[in-house]
Amino acid sequence: MKEKSVRRRISFDRLFKALVIALSCIIVLPMFFILYFIVSKGISVINWGFLVSLPKPMGEAGGGISNALVGTTMLIVTASIISIPFGILIGIYLSEYKRGKFPYFSRLSLEILQGIPSIVIGIIAYVWIVVPMGSFSALSGGIALAIMMLPVIVMSTEETLKLIPDTLREASLALGVPYPRTILKVVLPAGLSGIVTGIILGIARIAGETAPLLFTAFGSPFMSTNIFKPVSSLPLLVFNYATSPYPEWHALAWGACFVLIVFILFLNLLAKVVTRRWKVQF
Amino acid sequence: MNGYGEKELMGRVAPPEGGPNTIRGLARRAFVGTSAGGDYKSRLRLSESTFRKILYLSGISAIVLLLAILISLLASSIPAIKQIGFAFLTRTVWDPVTGEFGSLPFLVGTLLTSLLALLIAIVFSLAVSIFLGEYYRTGPTSSFIKGGVELLAGIPSVIYGFWGLAYLVPKIRSVETLLHVAPYGVGILTASLILSIMIIPYSASLGREVISLVPSDLKEAALSLGATRFEVIRKVVLPYARSGILAGVLLSLGRALGETMAVTMVIGNSNMLPKSIFAPANTMASIIANEFTEATGRVYLASLVEIALVLFVVTAIINIAGKIIIIKMSVER
Repeated sequence: MKEKSVRRRISFDRLFKALVIALSCIIVLPMFFILYFIVSKGISVINWGFLVSLPKPMGEAGGGISNALVGTTMLIVTASIISIPFGILIGIYLSEYKRGKFPYFSRLSLEILQGIPSIVIGIIAYVWIVVPMGSFSALSGGIALAIMMLPVIVMSTEETLKLIPDTLREASLALGVPYPRTILKVVLPAGLSGIVTGIILGIARIAGETAPLLFTAFGSPFMSTNIFKPVSSLPLLVFNYATSPYPEWHALAWGACFVLIVFILFLNLLAKVVTRRWKVQF
Repeated sequence: MNGYGEKELMGRVAPPEGGPNTIRGLARRAFVGTSAGGDYKSRLRLSESTFRKILYLSGISAIVLLLAILISLLASSIPAIKQIGFAFLTRTVWDPVTGEFGSLPFLVGTLLTSLLALLIAIVFSLAVSIFLGEYYRTGPTSSFIKGGVELLAGIPSVIYGFWGLAYLVPKIRSVETLLHVAPYGVGILTASLILSIMIIPYSASLGREVISLVPSDLKEAALSLGATRFEVIRKVVLPYARSGILAGVLLSLGRALGETMAVTMVIGNSNMLPKSIFAPANTMASIIANEFTEATGRVYLASLVEIALVLFVVTAIINIAGKIIIIKMSVER
């Protein structure tokens, strides 16, 4: 091989590395830019009154997001109550029965479920809950979010339980502990950190969801704690106010964005702490 | 190696393995309160067969849930299917007032935005995958970029949409003025840009994983033959990781197709067939988000549900294809 071509190859190698680094940096930049944009617009709106008061009618300055905070809490609690027990049970099932037709299709269904666009889940909750009950409600929104949260919890439960050594289970069974108790009191606690992480990530996933709530929770400008009535939620409020033409409402929306992002970042951080702190080493 | 009941375990000795402290501790916790250790009978009375039945039922409930979703969508879209039939997918006019429902503009809008977004995203996510999987596997730079990409994945789509409205739309508008096209600001291009930022984390994280899984003896063999790092990446790493990267691209395509809020906010919501990538349009998800609550009339509502049905089927197929590629890949190794 000629000397010249070697030099060309080496310079090409350097060029490629530079290109990769440049492209990677280019994509990290907008992220910081978006964060900065939201924080700078949102933080000026945030004060105590913003968090505890109701939105004012358009044209009036001030107002807050207390109804959305309450609504988001209600929706998350409803979704969690439904999907956490179900998700953990399905996760145990998938990790206990690895082979066979049913576990295979069960896993496949969950993977498909995870990929379903959130707006389709909203329509399903509308057809299943809103139409029979005759009104938009927090319950229907919670159920839509529960369907979205379920695959996350199942997958993390399954992944965690799979990693727990069989010796643990065998030791427990050898001591005469019945099978259900072995699963619930030995295997499950050993995998608790992974399961809790999954739950936290599931909540982080649904906290910012808007599409499934458009025709279920629907949104409401009033404070509502009735689970059978429409409620507002942070992402819904952001959507409604962001698409309105009024600058006062835009300011409210930026504040709500800020609160939402802080909440989601907090959940992600919490998930990392839980993984690190609670992890049982084998 | 799993799913031992009590019966299978008879006469089997647990292999000595793993940290004794934790295992002992957990086993003791379970043992206290068993029939041998005390008050088990009063606290937890769940026979093995009942427990297994509960597990079985919940496992099957996942399949039932998915089938129920499919059937409900199908049942609710029957009025539209009956009245319009297959032409639903090929007609170009969507006019609720005259009762004409053709979904072609939204199919085209969805395909255009998703493919354009994918085109932009592939370049960047490949770069990030190579960066994190090959050049900088560990260290502060790597964890910085990794953390950044993770953060990008966690931002809710409605916030991306709001940022797009407030920042990107004016910028695109001025670019459009420079190019002498109608300066809408909103439109397919804007939606694609936001979508690409949203899907990069997905393909990048899968790409990073498969690239870092390429065995180092393969790479070292190529390096010892005198290949440069670039040649190793092009001739060894990328071919080896090809199917994994493809799976990542497919999964992010599935996400792009169904993404609703950010797209709805910046695509301009026009029900016409888009004429260029600067024109406002509607995707399948955004037309549902915009019109579902105000849809009156059986066929109108059913048409929107039928769009959801199409979206559901398409994303399901794409996801299954992605999973099959991943499974095949792990079998090959």
